Amino acid sequence: MDIKAYIALSLILFCTGIVGVLVRRNAIIIFMCIELMLNSVNLLLVAFSKMHAVSAAAKASSTFAADAQIFVFFIMVVAAAEVSVGLAIIVMLYRNTHSIDINFLNRLKN
Amino acid sequence: MSIISILFYFLSFLAVGSAIMMLISKNPIHSILWLIVIFFAISGHYVLMNAQFLAIVNIIVYAGAIMVLFLFVVMLMNLNAETEPVKNHRLQLIGVVSGGLLLLVLLSAVMKTKANLPVQMVVGEEGLIQNLGKTLFTYYVVPFELSSILFLSAMVGAVVISKKD
Amino acid sequence: MNNALQISWLIPILPLIGFLINGLGRKQLSKSASGFLGSAVVLASFCLSLWVFFQVLSGNTGTVQYFDFIHVGKLNIPFGFKIDQLSALFLLIITGIGFLIHVYSISYMHEESSADFAKYFSFMNLFVFSMLLLVMAENYVVMYIGWEGVGICSYFLIGYWFKNKDYTDAGKKAFIMNRIGDLGFLLAAFWFIAKTGSVSFDKVLTPEAVKLLSNFDITAITLLLLVGATGKSAQIPLFTWLPDAMAGPTPVSALIHAATMVTAGVYMIARTNLLYSLSPISQSVVAIVGLVTAVLAATIALKQNDIKKVLAYSTVSQLGYMFLALGVGAYTGAIFHVMTHAFFKALLFLGAGSVIHAMSGQQDMRYMGGLKKNMPITHITFLLACFAIAGIPPFSGFFSKDEILAAAFSRSPILWVVGVLTAVMTAFYMFRLYAMTFRGNFRGTTEQEHHLHESPSAMTVPLIILAILSVVGGFVGIPEVFTANGHQLNNFLEPVFRESNKILAVHPLSHTTEYTLMAVSVVGALIGLWVAWRKFSAYQISTAPETGLGKILANKWYVDELYNAVITRPMHAFGDFLGNVVDKKGIDGIVNGIGKFVNYGSRQVRWLQSGQVGAYILLMVLGILGLFIIQLFL
Repeated sequence: MDIKAYIALSLILFCTGIVGVLVRRNAIIIFMCIELMLNSVNLLLVAFSKMHAVSAAAKASSTFAADAQIFVFFIMVVAAAEVSVGLAIIVMLYRNTHSIDINFLNRLKN
Repeated sequence: MSIISILFYFLSFLAVGSAIMMLISKNPIHSILWLIVIFFAISGHYVLMNAQFLAIVNIIVYAGAIMVLFLFVVMLMNLNAETEPVKNHRLQLIGVVSGGLLLLVLLSAVMKTKANLPVQMVVGEEGLIQNLGKTLFTYYVVPFELSSILFLSAMVGAVVISKKD
Repeated sequence: MNNALQISWLIPILPLIGFLINGLGRKQLSKSASGFLGSAVVLASFCLSLWVFFQVLSGNTGTVQYFDFIHVGKLNIPFGFKIDQLSALFLLIITGIGFLIHVYSISYMHEESSADFAKYFSFMNLFVFSMLLLVMAENYVVMYIGWEGVGICSYFLIGYWFKNKDYTDAGKKAFIMNRIGDLGFLLAAFWFIAKTGSVSFDKVLTPEAVKLLSNFDITAITLLLLVGATGKSAQIPLFTWLPDAMAGPTPVSALIHAATMVTAGVYMIARTNLLYSLSPISQSVVAIVGLVTAVLAATIALKQNDIKKVLAYSTVSQLGYMFLALGVGAYTGAIFHVMTHAFFKALLFLGAGSVIHAMSGQQDMRYMGGLKKNMPITHITFLLACFAIAGIPPFSGFFSKDEILAAAFSRSPILWVVGVLTAVMTAFYMFRLYAMTFRGNFRGTTEQEHHLHESPSAMTVPLIILAILSVVGGFVGIPEVFTANGHQLNNFLEPVFRESNKILAVHPLSHTTEYTLMAVSVVGALIGLWVAWRKFSAYQISTAPETGLGKILANKWYVDELYNAVITRPMHAFGDFLGNVVDKKGIDGIVNGIGKFVNYGSRQVRWLQSGQVGAYILLMVLGILGLFIIQLFL
């Protein structure tokens, strides 16, 4: 497959995530959309890794192509941490306002 | 059309379609289930590119741990379709349009470029657990350890935040 | 040569010390102490002036320099004094008459509180200091210091009774009018600096230095100096402040507004005589200004009822005479008239002060009359002064006025005719004043009549001294027709005006002509005198309103009203325009407009700061979109 196809796929998934963030008001759904965006980036990183796997630079270095996949791994780590904290925040929020509508979070106005 | 292409397009449409379904379903539970489908599709892509380790991790971490956590939270809060408030339609439209524009801009920029390298499919040993493990525990051992500290702090943070005071 | 004159710095410094002590210690000093101090320093100055005068008389003149006043680049303005015949004469006039008036003031002002009394003397001393600085100055800048100093002292003293708003307004008027003139002086000084690089008299007023100046420069400088002189010496068009300046205490009027300060303009022009002699245009302007002022003020004086106002207009008129003399090149005549005028006008003012004192502050002549028997000394001295100012021989005014008229005749008979006319009017209004005040029946209240008394000796002694001077003062300048070489003053001042006299062609008049001129002016004055005497000796208060010309004269030719309409009102209108339209609408509009715009704009962009997280994300996405478009496509 061409790299362009993967880029296009990643972009479509990413922009879907963005639209979701913009359109939905449910904090959990928005959170999920963010996960979707992270995943689209992961996919792209793996695709680039496999694109470079056949290059001359990859032949010279044993870790060259694997770097991107290591990064994906770290992104997953961060995402997992983020989700645990983020969901805790949402639970906290729900406990205080009995809603998870982000429009209740308009305290920034003041 | 080779089997690889067929699989690619199938997984791609599955992912995109699930993403759209995730967006438009009213019930958060359904959204979560559609997201799990997306993760499986992406894991399929990883398998297609012979990134076996990531494919497994993706399913275990995302589809397994994270999405279960989501489901758990949603069910804990007893959310359903009725709890989703009515959104300002004009703002919704603006959101869709701006997201679509962003997609259009980025896609057209990508399509305009002449360079187009092939991606190695099915073969290649970079994504195997052995290779990745070697790299991870040699070159990336410090970040790996740091990430464990990150997990620890996230865990403490989550406990502190959600504690009833 | 300068060693003897070096000490002349003491002359102005003594009154300054008096000013400082009286001014700073006014709360502590008793009346007698401050009066004594104020007079004593002036007396000391007078003695020193006398000594300097004799030095000068023996030929010891020169310029003494003390320190550099301003030293910038090539410009060097020293602080120094020029001691010559002219300044020595003025020193004597200022300190001599100043001393007499100080003594007189001790008695005249005794009703003031001791702090006010000391304030009065401190201002008087400051005035004497400034005036001495003015006449002793070695250059135009130091002269300007004195020039401004006398202006500010005049302001202080006119507004001495500052609780009365009219008086302070009169002070302000005098000050502002003076300022207008001062600008001319200042510009002239700058012109000197620009053209010759110096303002010292010794450097700019020599035939060699004058060659640096073009005809245009000379005319411009002299006309600018004339503007300064018209302000200080109350000439057209800046004369209206002097009558109003009578708001001050009468001795102030005598010293500042009759004898000394108002002659500063005459002194300055006489000092600059060389330049005026070189510019026929300026000379003509000076002569015309003087003549018109003389006639105008004399006509106004005919109808005034306030005793001090009459004297004020008379002063303006006599100053006009002096300017006429300067304009026709009779510098000695002008200085001569300054001197005699200082004697008799100071006497008249002090006499008037004595009368006002006796009348408990009444200044309106219509309510006086018959004071002859109650105030014999004042009466006699006043009468002598009237003779002097009317130009009746052999009183001092005759000689000086005659010299001016003769010089005017040799320039143009028309000047002479108008001058004689003015002299006739002078005689008329002075004797109208005399007759209304001292002859006839008393027309005031009985209370005032009982109060009538001769003034104490502190007031009468200066009157007597001045009366003697008024009578004999003219003999220093006996014209050539009477005795050869009789004009002592002319011989004395000759070095000062030597260069000018070389330039100006002198047309000696034949003796017959001169006798005729004298006879005409004396007869005219006598007729004016006789008419006034007859008409006003038995004056009765009439309530009939003035009509025709009389009304115009009583209202001072409506000059104040004219200035009001031509200058003040448009300025007020312009100010209102600036205040109401430009400031309120324009500047405030811009300022408020900026505020309103920001306010409005803020309100319009406030929706951006909605506090909705969704909106912020949307904006962020739009921003990223914009950046991408710029980065990828533009």
